[in-house]
Amino acid sequence: MHETRTEIMPNVYLTYLPAGKFKTGLLSAQLLTPLRRETASANALLPAVLHRGTMRCPDMEQLSAAMDRLYGAQVDYTVRKKGETQCIGFTASFIDDAFVPGGERLLEPAAELLGELLLDPVTRGGRFLSEYVESEKSNLIDAIRAVRNDKREWADLRLLQEMCADEPYGVRRLGDEESARKLHNRSLYQHSQKLMESSRLELFYCGSAGEQRVRDALLEAFSTLPRGVATELEMPRTYAAPSQPRFVTEQMDVTQGKLAMGFRCASRDVPAMILVNLLFGGSSNSKLFLNVREKLSLCYYASSQYARSKGILTVSSGIETRDYDRALEEILRQLKAVQDGDWEDWELPGARNTILSSLRAMPDSQRAMENWYLGQTATGQEETPEELALALQAVTPERICAAAQTVQLDTVYFLKGKE
Amino acid sequence: MEKLSYPRLGETVLRHTLPNGLPVMVVPKKGFARQYALFATRYGGMDLRFELDGKLQDTPAGIAHFLEHKMFDTQEGNALQELAQNGAEPNAFTSNAITVYYFDSTDHFYDNLKILLSFVSIPYFTEESVAKEQGIIGQEIGMIEDNPDWQVYRQLMEALYEKSPARVSVAGSVESISRITAQTLYDCHKAFYTPSNMCLVLVGDVDMDRVLNLAQEILPAQSGEEIPRDYGEEESLTPCRTLAESTMEVSMPTFLSGFKCAPVPEGPDRLRRQIVGSLACDALMGESSPLYARLYSQGLVNGSFASSFDVLPGVSYAYAGGDSKDPQAVTQAILSEARRLVSEGLDEDYYQRICRANFGTALKALNSFEAVAVSMAEGCFEGFDPYGFPEIYDSITQQDLLDFIAENICESRMALSVIRPKEEATCTQ
Repeated sequence: MHETRTEIMPNVYLTYLPAGKFKTGLLSAQLLTPLRRETASANALLPAVLHRGTMRCPDMEQLSAAMDRLYGAQVDYTVRKKGETQCIGFTASFIDDAFVPGGERLLEPAAELLGELLLDPVTRGGRFLSEYVESEKSNLIDAIRAVRNDKREWADLRLLQEMCADEPYGVRRLGDEESARKLHNRSLYQHSQKLMESSRLELFYCGSAGEQRVRDALLEAFSTLPRGVATELEMPRTYAAPSQPRFVTEQMDVTQGKLAMGFRCASRDVPAMILVNLLFGGSSNSKLFLNVREKLSLCYYASSQYARSKGILTVSSGIETRDYDRALEEILRQLKAVQDGDWEDWELPGARNTILSSLRAMPDSQRAMENWYLGQTATGQEETPEELALALQAVTPERICAAAQTVQLDTVYFLKGKE
Repeated sequence: MEKLSYPRLGETVLRHTLPNGLPVMVVPKKGFARQYALFATRYGGMDLRFELDGKLQDTPAGIAHFLEHKMFDTQEGNALQELAQNGAEPNAFTSNAITVYYFDSTDHFYDNLKILLSFVSIPYFTEESVAKEQGIIGQEIGMIEDNPDWQVYRQLMEALYEKSPARVSVAGSVESISRITAQTLYDCHKAFYTPSNMCLVLVGDVDMDRVLNLAQEILPAQSGEEIPRDYGEEESLTPCRTLAESTMEVSMPTFLSGFKCAPVPEGPDRLRRQIVGSLACDALMGESSPLYARLYSQGLVNGSFASSFDVLPGVSYAYAGGDSKDPQAVTQAILSEARRLVSEGLDEDYYQRICRANFGTALKALNSFEAVAVSMAEGCFEGFDPYGFPEIYDSITQQDLLDFIAENICESRMALSVIRPKEEATCTQ
């Protein structure tokens, strides 16, 4: 049995991922919409408000009761940023029929609950309940502010805001506080109507049930979804680095400084760039970890991430404020080593094994599979984990150096502690 | 070799104890590409005082965690690197009670297992490498000290306990780790990294015989003496302080309220006590409780609110906390809801729902190889069968939960830890 993706209603796709080895089934319903400064907060607020109650279960207690009766089915709302697309919706995880003590079937009621959450929210006079909107709005604002609590996350976020200030990619997953403040129950309801009819809906199922049963359950659950003119998703645009990198420094009362660096990668050779990232800082065996952390003790953590849909490589590290110059210099020196093909015999096979192993292990996690296929469809790609694995096996050292040489420093963000 | 079947969970477990005293467990999983190995020692952040060669030893706070970091060093280089070259994902953690080394791989499993067994059983430290690690762990301590969740927990433990090593951070402090030398590390390794104080758990499509052969080939043929530990005298159930407050760079107050509970003895009953404690917390203040719904709609708690029951060596406590504008109000609401439940009892339909949901959560955890392996190791060290939970759920009654709440969730057992924002923000978006 293999995964399939089919259009089961206009602009509604079902990705079916058969697997009988789990204790659970996973269902997910995700609306895909362009990530924009003007709408990001409204989109982020919507699933939180929908998660407060449906016409059948109009408050949290009744909604929780419904989930508890399904043996603790876990229904979470999600707001994800994939490239320059914002994905909002719900995931439901519920125990597989084989392990339900009473022999009940849980797929159908779980699908029904997902459909209800998205399509049948509790309303009054054609609006969401203002108490729900106000309380979730205040939670959203708290969540937007709370990123400051985790200084690592904060520094990484500030880097992207500075580096991609004029691109959708610089917009935060949850939007910004100022636009969140302006939201109210009527405008949010209108926004939600537009979003429902114009967005592509991606459905995912991973578990032991047959495809027909899954399709029937979802068609039934989403039969009232309004379908209008579809909003096309734009694919992320890539940009070149400025001729001189930008340096931004801010201060907070913290013991450890955070250094974040952003690079632009002109190379379109994605498999080669994935290996560049792994050699450089993408694993516990890469140059940043072994040299900057282990050998020189310059920082507690130093790692890199590659956002392939956007051609951006970022470095995240925690350092003593006084070590700023040395750490910056050393991180750039490690990048130069990758560009020059300066690595030991074990480094490339190690990097390749790391990524191949994680791709092979992906079907062992339902959430990882759902997240992979959502990311693929949101950024206009179709490659399966197996296909990417094959492409990675064919990458030569020459291709790695060529790709690495297109990597250029764009922005450096430093969050320093008080001296 | 013993084979245990759990038809209600669709699982089996193979068990065997080697002549050197090491328990080995295999949890077979069909159809998964991953194979997972965990090698654990019953030695954690709370094991600071113990008897060695007839003498009581006091060791610096943070030593078990420090040792965990240093074990990856080998005479040839670094075991992390060796494992990672095979595409394995190795890691380790130290909790209050245990230290765990593990890897996850999809290829070269038995080669990786050999590396794991070797580096954990063969210590190699030098004064230079210890000094260097003091720098790295010093940074790690600096980082966790900036973490409000960690601070609020540490502050709660210091308020609840007067002497128990539960007050002490697993990582120790920059000062305490500065007293660690290569010799202390060798001594602690010798005392606690001995086969009968450890266990090996494998999850996935793994051949028990090959594992046993490798373990016998690599590990010592005999175990050392059993080391008696001292967790201090049993404390009274009254917290040492009722309120602990401090300020940090946070956007809103974050809090934990803790309720001191009686120690839970080792043995088969331990899992039952854990489940009763966690069910009682769910019924009182879990996500589907009337209390949670009320506090959430009043804006007193948000999605970060959580509660549970924790069992550590010699101590146990229930806790609840998260971000809140008014921690005192939340805490008072918990106390009064506890009194109401105890006097009115639980609605039977509500009680059944809570049990179903809690059971579903326990079953879902079996999807995680790491959760399975860690629970096997804990069960092995503490004398219970982690897969015995379906029968335990059958035997628990609503009265068990009410008894737990009546005994523990009251003002005299409680301490409150709060982190408040600093008055002026130094950085705005």
